[in-house]
Amino acid sequence: METKNIMIVGVGGQGTLLTSRILGNLIRKYGYDVKLSEVHGMAQRGGSVVTFVRYGDKVYEPIVEEGMADVLIAFERLEAIRYQDFLKDDGVIVLNDVRIDPMPVVIGACEYPKDIVDELKKGHTVYSVNANEEAIKLGNSRVFNLIILGLAAKHLDFKVEDWLSVIEETVPPKTIELNKKAFLLGYEKGE
Amino acid sequence: MKKLMLGNEAIARGAFEAGVKVASAYPGTPSTEISENLVQYKEIYCEWAPNEKVATEVAIGASMAGVRSMACMKHVGLNVAADPLYTAGYIGVNGGMVLVVADDPGLYSSQNEQDTRNHARGALVCCIEPSDSQEAKDFTKFAYKISEEYDMPVILRTTTRLAHSQQEVELCDRVEVEDKPYEKNIAKNVMMPANAKRRHVIVEEKLARLAKDGANFEINKMEINDTSIGFVTCGIAYQYVKEAMPNASVLKLGLVNPLPMDLIKEFAKKVDKLVIFEELMPIIEEQVKAAGIDCVGKEMFTVLGEYSANMLKKAFGKAVPAIKQNNLPMRPPILCPGCPHRSVFSVLKKLKIHASGDIGCYTLGAVQPLGVVDSTVCMGASISVLHGIQKAKGDEFTKDWVAVIGDSTFLHTGVNSLMNTVYNKGVGVVMILDNRTTGMTGHQDHAATGKTLQGEETNAVDIPALCRAIGVKRVFEISAFDQKGLEKLLKEELSLRQLSVIVTKAPCALLKGVVFKDKCKEDTEKCKKCGRCLSIGCPALTKCADGTIKIDQSMCNGCGLCQTYCAFDAIKLIKGE
Repeated sequence: METKNIMIVGVGGQGTLLTSRILGNLIRKYGYDVKLSEVHGMAQRGGSVVTFVRYGDKVYEPIVEEGMADVLIAFERLEAIRYQDFLKDDGVIVLNDVRIDPMPVVIGACEYPKDIVDELKKGHTVYSVNANEEAIKLGNSRVFNLIILGLAAKHLDFKVEDWLSVIEETVPPKTIELNKKAFLLGYEKGE
Repeated sequence: MKKLMLGNEAIARGAFEAGVKVASAYPGTPSTEISENLVQYKEIYCEWAPNEKVATEVAIGASMAGVRSMACMKHVGLNVAADPLYTAGYIGVNGGMVLVVADDPGLYSSQNEQDTRNHARGALVCCIEPSDSQEAKDFTKFAYKISEEYDMPVILRTTTRLAHSQQEVELCDRVEVEDKPYEKNIAKNVMMPANAKRRHVIVEEKLARLAKDGANFEINKMEINDTSIGFVTCGIAYQYVKEAMPNASVLKLGLVNPLPMDLIKEFAKKVDKLVIFEELMPIIEEQVKAAGIDCVGKEMFTVLGEYSANMLKKAFGKAVPAIKQNNLPMRPPILCPGCPHRSVFSVLKKLKIHASGDIGCYTLGAVQPLGVVDSTVCMGASISVLHGIQKAKGDEFTKDWVAVIGDSTFLHTGVNSLMNTVYNKGVGVVMILDNRTTGMTGHQDHAATGKTLQGEETNAVDIPALCRAIGVKRVFEISAFDQKGLEKLLKEELSLRQLSVIVTKAPCALLKGVVFKDKCKEDTEKCKKCGRCLSIGCPALTKCADGTIKIDQSMCNGCGLCQTYCAFDAIKLIKGE
């Protein structure tokens, strides 16, 4: 199988690492060679963060480069457009349609780009959800990342029951049911 | 059994399987997770040391006593530990000793981009480098074999990309290694000139033998394919070669100091063109060229940043997709909502004070809109740099200067600098931003938190008492969020032109157990759109299209700092249960 490349991008502190861990554990179940690459340290303090996931028969480099990504999972709009050139021509974007202003925007040094979703749609298929709003409706704002993952799952080649069992194995025991519920909500949004 | 593991987790596993008994470290990205993973192995005693020099000396002691030992640090930590390392090379080992040192090409979380292999060459010690998580574990075990066979400390060099990438790793059982007896050996272990002179001869002989034997080490791998180009590479760079040029011949060096030059010569003979592909400095390349072997290296590749497969393809004229130029707003890292450093920096900003800075989250005090920090050099430098400025320009010049340093960094090397200022009659204000943890690296305990790496309760260094014991007469403690009190205290102490230490206290907002019950909420009706609350640089605050302020309730930690900056009562503190 040709190597598949997934990028998860977002803002430090949003929980991209948990998402990539679930994905990594899932891919293992299918017997693929898998490599994940993460960012720790200073960049995690509210900076732009990227996680790479690659799997296939044999994976060498752990990073996804320009023009390589099959799926770009973006936890925030500006981060989606920042990394869109990493997608293949037929790559898809799974977007959490929310805006988090970076500090240069907050202090008025730059403007937050307008019409990002329209811009993204010009080049790629975009599946979007406002996962933060949906998570609040579920009663816990922190599970928004599982909603995005659920939406992404609709466009990845793994069975829903495998997703659920990996979520069960990866998240803290007390939060299993809520996380599964969030995942399924996102999955259904992909219908 | 196989498990998905970070490079750092795999190194910890390797230490466990190799029978390591003692490990010491100071946290530093990207090396921190090694110690955090060593904790799970009850057979290993592991600890946080106040700095890398101490950690290395602990490992030397354990090795001397006869057990396998480890010290872990980031690349700049090895500068601090260079003193013991350079002499440990002469002494050698009893039980095997490994220093894990993590470089940071691309500067993800560091102040420079130095190459640890320089230290390995300088200190006359062996250096080996894995290229993925499985090798990280295997090479750790192999390092102990080399260390004991050649009576030499071994540096296991990693990089950020290796340390923070995950891959499946095959787990093995721990093999207990029998403790070696301790034997008093003055000629070997006491490095005074007459002994060291003799040891230097022995070290050079051992290195020459290692370089020769190294040609047959299993950690080097020669892959002969298309012989028109042959790559000599090491570490993560190997993965980029395999990705970009799968048909090329490759010599992957596991042993990077001393270089197995016979093996490189043999490989060079088999290929038409020899290309050295190594991140950071041309360490292999220069030695290969000095050995009279024709090759290219940094003529084609940069000494800057991280490498990649696309970069290699581009260097060989292959087309790669380009990133389009864009003018998107950057998203630099920032202090978290509820961070006590923001409160302190806001006061410094208001009083237009210069800050001689240090290493930690509070380096972000240099970022706009705070922009308070004037300089950041290395761990502990804030206090001594301020002392230098004061001695150069006099106390009139530094009357609006302070030094800012975190609790963990103060204990690391800042305390020496403070001693110097006391001893040499320096004046000024030193602010110790005590947030009860080593924050930037992800919340590790230290000598003043009262808890060990292995989770036991222990004595805690009393930082104010320590300052007094050094001889600082004016030591104050104040809450980091008491802005009015801090402003008054700063004005008073700066006007005195004596030496004062102000310890600002409040736990890191992300520290386990820190609960924020309150939330700040905007009152849009009252908001006059002045933007003053935005000047504190809190990411929970955003400006709406109409100019009013909105506070993201999921991000806000209710520290109330923005409220104190609002003159129109347009921010309310909602008390939580």
